[in-house]
Formats: sequence, C-alpha cells, structure tokens
Amino acid sequence: MNLQEFKSGIHHGIPVGLGYFFVSFTLGIAAKQTGLSSIQAALMSLSIHASAGEFAALGIIAAGAGYWDMALTEIIVNLRYLLMSCSLSQKLSSSMRFFHRFLIAFDITDEIFAVSVSRQGKLNPFFTYGMMVVASPGWVFGTFVGAAAGGILPAVVTGAMSIALYGMFISVVIPSARKDKVIAGIVVVSMLLSGAFALIPVIKDISSGFKIIILTVIISAAAAILFPVKEEESEEAAK
Amino acid sequence: MKNNIYIYILVMAGVTYLIRLLPLTIFRKEIKNRFVRSFLHYMPYVTLSVMTFPAILSATGNVTSSTIGFVAALIIAWIDGNLFKVAIGACGAALISQLIINLI
Repeated sequence: MNLQEFKSGIHHGIPVGLGYFFVSFTLGIAAKQTGLSSIQAALMSLSIHASAGEFAALGIIAAGAGYWDMALTEIIVNLRYLLMSCSLSQKLSSSMRFFHRFLIAFDITDEIFAVSVSRQGKLNPFFTYGMMVVASPGWVFGTFVGAAAGGILPAVVTGAMSIALYGMFISVVIPSARKDKVIAGIVVVSMLLSGAFALIPVIKDISSGFKIIILTVIISAAAAILFPVKEEESEEAAK
Repeated sequence: MKNNIYIYILVMAGVTYLIRLLPLTIFRKEIKNRFVRSFLHYMPYVTLSVMTFPAILSATGNVTSSTIGFVAALIIAWIDGNLFKVAIGACGAALISQLIINLI
C-alpha cells in the first residue's frame, strides 16, 4: 500500500520535477549574478524549496542587508505556506506520527501542496515522499546547472524560461476552474483584484508578499461566506 | 556582499521550515468550523491566481511575449492540464513570439 502510494507519488512528481528544472534554472542564473557559487545556489534550493522566497532572498543578499531583514522578508514572502500547511493539516490522518509531519513540512511547495490536496481521501505520507524524491532533485539540480552554465544561454531564452513558474501555477488552477464554476469565478476575481492592486496608488507600493497575503485572506474569506462548501464536499476535501 | 552566505541560507531555511511545520504539528485534529473549512478549500486557488497575475506580464521583460505565453498557458491548461506541458508550452510560445518581436 505504501509502496504503491510512493510509486504514484513519483508518477505525479515527474512533471513537477521537470517544470522545476526550468524555473530553478533561471533562479540559478540570478544566484550566479548575485555572487553565489553553484554549490551555494544548489544548497540554498535544497534547504528552502521556494521560488519566490529564493528570488527575494537573492535581493537581500545582493543589498548586503542584515539577517533580520532576511528573516522578515522570508516570513512575508513565504507566509502563504502557513495557509497551505493549515489546509494540508486537514488532509493528514490525526493519528499520523510526528516524524511524518516533520518530513512532509520540508517540501510543501505550491505545486506539491496543490497535487497533495487534490488527492482523494486522507494523504498517505509516502505519496508525498514519492513526489519529493523526483521534484526536489529537479529543483536543486536545475539551480546548480543554471548557476554553472546559465550564462551560455542568450537572454531571450532565459527570459522565456521565466514564464515556466507561472505556467505551473496556471496548470494547477485551470483544471479545477474548469470543473467548478465557483472556483472559476474566484480565479477571475483574484486575478482582476491582483491587477488592480498593482495599479492603484499607495496600494501598489505594498510589498508583493503582503499583497499576496492580503488578497488571499480577503478573497478566500468572501468566497467562504458566499459559497460555503457543503458538508459532504468539505468532508471530502478535508478527509 | 559583506555578510556570510551560509548564515543567510540558514536563516531563510529556518524561518521557511517553521512556517511550513507549525500548522502541521499544531492542527492535528479535524477543523469542524464550516467557515474555516471553506476558507481553506478556496485559499490555494486564490493564492496561485494572485501570484500569477499580473506578475506573469513582466516575466520575459516584454509585455507582448509575456502575454502570449500567458494565453498559451491558459489554453493548454484548459485542454490538458499536465503541469509540464503547460510550462513548456508557455515558454515555447513566449520564446517564439519574442524572437519574432526582435526581428521586427
């Protein structure tokens, strides 16, 4: 049973790992430009597994800002993982042992989270481990290669590659939006409000990490009030 | 770069890990509240949508090729939904359109 779940995780992890390779490749290039060695860049990716968090961190490192600034920036940029973990906690069996929780927490990324919550019933930790063992090397190795050899590629190619990250987000959101009209509406409203937040004076100067949190809380709360999930539905989502 | 890279990495790794770990260890029982459950049900889609748009429009450094990549991703995701196909398709569409823009 666990082995089967592990294999299924690997199967789901392959496209994630391949996508990660492209995204982290551009991250590696940015790390190199900031002055990190290929090994340091790979180490950063191995220990953090967070695209936006790592890009933001490179900005902090480049500016030579303090360690507290680093901690604060990472909290803001990665705060969405707190919400994701809350959501994921409901997918775990309440009897799941602590070391499984410690291991799963290591690699809660946007994509692994999205695939994990869309599983039927409770989440078997071995499914997540299966995803991790292919997705994580894609992320770490991509960062390494990007830092070591990214300079060879012309800017037009690396520019195009930086779309891959958003492509991965879209591939998680759209299939659910297609099946569920409420989610479709939420996606459209989220993008419109986010676009507005980027244009309105004063609001547009808020850091992007905070904007994500503010919009997430407001829109999700509004959706939860307007379209509360039915008991069976929510049980299924929470099982 | 006057500070130590490894301490930077340690700080960001520690903070990020705690953010991910705490909810998993604190909320070990099922949450009964319907509002909270609905909130957590919708939240991932909101976060991912907000992170995508409008940031994607400046991804390649050119609004036109970025928009074409965005639209390509939406179409491929609607038809297929495979994560890798969407990512590659969006990159390919952005690359081709950017090359054409550079020629013009």
